[in-house]
Order: sequence, then structure tokens, then C-alpha cells
Amino acid sequence: MSTADLDIDGAVAPPRRNGELIFDAPWQGRAFGICVAVLDREGLGWGDFRPHLVAAIAAEPGADYYGAFTAALDSFLADLGLTTPA
Amino acid sequence: MSEDHHHLRVVSPIEARVTALEELLVEKGYLSHSDIDDFVQRYEHDLGPLNGAKVVARAWTDPAFKERLLANGTAAIAELGFGGPEGDHMIVVESTDEVHHVVVCTLCSCYPWPVLGLPPEWYKSAPYRSRVVREPRAVLTEMGCEVPEDVRIEVWDSSAEARYLVLPPRPAGADGFTEDDLAALVTRDHMIGVAR
Repeated sequence: MSTADLDIDGAVAPPRRNGELIFDAPWQGRAFGICVAVLDREGLGWGDFRPHLVAAIAAEPGADYYGAFTAALDSFLADLGLTTPA
Repeated sequence: MSEDHHHLRVVSPIEARVTALEELLVEKGYLSHSDIDDFVQRYEHDLGPLNGAKVVARAWTDPAFKERLLANGTAAIAELGFGGPEGDHMIVVESTDEVHHVVVCTLCSCYPWPVLGLPPEWYKSAPYRSRVVREPRAVLTEMGCEVPEDVRIEVWDSSAEARYLVLPPRPAGADGFTEDDLAALVTRDHMIGVAR
């Protein structure tokens, strides 16, 4: 995927400061990194992940972005069949 | 909490979950830790305005490149390896002692991602989009960009057909600077034209 796919508006847009992504803690960067690495690996785009993120945000309104992001990543990886044990 | 105290830190459940997901993918041989490192690096650091800054620094140090850049922005920028769908139809406008260029997208938020990274929030804001066309000097002043009275201001409206990059004047007093030193002086705001 390319940055062109990333949402820049609304609840699904990653937090940014003056255009640059903000990770408040290393694990947030890891969660984001896992997501984009998997999208790249699967030949998918941000749009394929977005529905999971939308659902996770809706499930817990007001929760912090990367909390919802991690829940979304969990369901996304499960849908792809990537979280069944090796 | 700082990294120094890493060993004292209690790992939150969510952090543990992210680590578990990463470990699982690595164990399966699906991804490596360094694959993930690369993506984090790329999104966190390399997608800012650094590419644009390199283009500007090259133009400041290589007159022939500058000529090509102003004649055909897309092609000259591609010489440095930058481009892609959102960087097509690049037009580079040069700010000088006579004219100051500033870029907006009044219709939506067209923005040259490959050279400038993710757009800052204000770029999409209605006040910026509507006012910079009507009263650019006032908007620039409010943003801390003083354009001398005798310098004309030109506003460029980006669209899918044309995305603009401002080539700011080379700063005075940077004569002995290398191209890398010069690139470090260039900010995203310079290349949108809201700094001088």
C-alpha cells in the first residue's frame, strides 16, 4: 500500500502532528508496522483494513486510537487466517 | 516512561497482545521482525517532506537540474527516484525576491504525497482553503510567514491534473553548505509556501 491510501480525516485516520504519524509508545508503532507489512505482503490496501478499524472504533467509542487499532488488527489477521498457531 | 526504565515497566495487556501477534507471525515464518522495523521506519520517518527537501537542495546546488525541474517537475523529480500516482503532473514554481508562491487545494486536498508525505491537518481546513485565495497575505502573516510588501504573492490551486511544489529561494549565508546540509534547512511549510 502507499500513503495515498491512508485516511487523513475522521476517526479512522491515524493520529498525526503536522503531517507526521505520532506513536505515543513503541507498541503503537509495532501495531501499525505489522498492519502495513501484512497489507504489503498480501497485496492489499488500507481499504481492506478500514472496515475492521471502523468496527473496532464503533465497538468501543471514545477508546484510544491504537487500542481500537489493535483490536482491528486482531480480527483482520484472524480473517486472513494468520493467527492460527504455526 | 523513558526507555531507560524499560526493565521496570509493567507491560500493558494491549502491548502484550501486539507483541504476541508479532511473535506469532514471525514464528510462522510469515514476516520477520526486521520486515516490520522497515515499515515502521518508512512510515514514521521517511514519508515526511524529506524527499521534497532533497529535490529543493539539488535545485539549489545544480543549476542544470533546477532548469529541468522548472521545465518538467515530474520528470526531474523522477530523476531522484521519487514519484508515483500521487506525484504525477508535478509543477514546480520558484519563489524569488519578486514573487512568493503558495499552494492550496480549494476543491479537496490534492497534495504531492511522494515528495511531501502526509499533509498537515491545516492544509485540509476550510479556513485555509477558502481564505488563502482571497487574502493570501493576511493568512500567511497569521501563519507566521511575513512576505515583504514589495513581493507579489501568487496562489496555486492544486488539482488531480497539477500538483504544485514551491522551490523556495536558497537561504543567504549557506554558501559552504553541502546538498545534505541544505536539505536539512527545507521544511514542508517552505514547499507549500507558508514559510519563507
